[in-house]
Amino acid sequence: MYDQRYIDDVSSLVLNPEECVGCGLCVEVCPHRVFELSDKKAKIVDFNACIECGACVNNCPTQAIEVTPGVG
Amino acid sequence: MKTDSNQSCNKGCCDESNEQIKGFNSSNISIMPSMRPPLNPMAEYEKSGYELCSFVENFVQTDADPVPKIKTHLSKKDIFSTIKVRCGIKRHKYTVTPGLYCIGNPDKNSEVLVTANFKLTFDHVRSQLEGLDVWILVLDTKGVNVWCAASKGTFATDELVRQIKRASLEKIVSHHRVIVPQLGATGVSAKKVKKDSGFRVVYGPIRASDIMTFLKNDRKADQKMRMVTFTFSERLILIPVELNMVMKPAFIVLAIILLLSGIGPGIFSFSVALSRGSIAAAALFIGVFTGAVITPALLPYIPFKAFAIKGIITGVVFALATGFMLTTTPFVSSMTSLTSLFLLTIAISSFLAMNFTGATPLTSPSGVEKEMKMFIPVQLLSLATAVGFWIYSAF
Repeated sequence: MYDQRYIDDVSSLVLNPEECVGCGLCVEVCPHRVFELSDKKAKIVDFNACIECGACVNNCPTQAIEVTPGVG
Repeated sequence: MKTDSNQSCNKGCCDESNEQIKGFNSSNISIMPSMRPPLNPMAEYEKSGYELCSFVENFVQTDADPVPKIKTHLSKKDIFSTIKVRCGIKRHKYTVTPGLYCIGNPDKNSEVLVTANFKLTFDHVRSQLEGLDVWILVLDTKGVNVWCAASKGTFATDELVRQIKRASLEKIVSHHRVIVPQLGATGVSAKKVKKDSGFRVVYGPIRASDIMTFLKNDRKADQKMRMVTFTFSERLILIPVELNMVMKPAFIVLAIILLLSGIGPGIFSFSVALSRGSIAAAALFIGVFTGAVITPALLPYIPFKAFAIKGIITGVVFALATGFMLTTTPFVSSMTSLTSLFLLTIAISSFLAMNFTGATPLTSPSGVEKEMKMFIPVQLLSLATAVGFWIYSAF
């Protein structure tokens, strides 16, 4: 998938590391492997792969992630 | 009679069944030792006003209601319907009834796989599960696939909880665990499902073809199973629906083109409308072809990330290639008319290519918005210039 990418620097994805409890659910549900877990915290490793699907937001137990896509 | 029928078929293939049919009456069903089950084993499940689905092969008794056991082989009719839906025919009314189904002979320890009630999805899932003993919980997504339904809010936490309760799943399995396809996560909150139903959500692989491996590996998915792809065949399969959707607007545009083409020194001429119009129609056709077929098919090989630009590029390439042929016709003798056709093709191609963003698994709504704000004006300007030049060139 890394050879097929969309427009850079547009995603509204925001991760608040202070809220993160390191459960790893965002890493699991993201279909574009945007997150990785390091030192028991989620980290955005591929921001421009984000398609704002909201799977991570929906499953984060502490609301540490946000996406606010426009009307599309 | 009996001897006759045996003589007429002496291959031994149907002797037994012939005998049975002849010996079949209500008084000897129970005493005939070699008796096969009644001809229709499903007869006891028939209900007035209902029709049994062709994909149901039997019913399994559980501590809750009997659960329909479904086939893993698709019938010719299923495959024919799949092709139809893939072409965009009746694809919004292609559903199965939501609720609990099963495959094989599942028990209280068998896994529960959750899916959507789009029959295309349902058929694809069951065809990948041959030999497994699993429960299948179908959510009411109004005939929409898992991912789209998840972002539209029908493949959702509340609906999953509702179906778990409706099926009395706690009486059917003892493990309190459901496997939800990963792409369903956009609509499902594992935490809320646990809180509202007591069932734990385990996110399964994206593709149904990985379910077998996922279950064998103790419900563990590797990186590959968790990533969406958009391969050549995955893109090709979407093209018929794209074309189907563009058909109606394309015919309207065609009608407008014919009307505009007839305008000329003699105010309006039907014969010119047809002759000039067919040339412009060819330019429209090329735009549709490059925007809705070539761009999706060659997507990763066309430079630039914005789909609108990809559409312009494929449009330019094909318009240039065919433009030289058009110059030989008497109606495209001027540079003005040629430019007009060129711009028409590009505007259509760019717009349809941009339209394809909605069908891909790699575009973000924010990106699409940015692209639309930037390129819809370009496409409109190109179209308006094309119309102006086309009318001007007739005089």
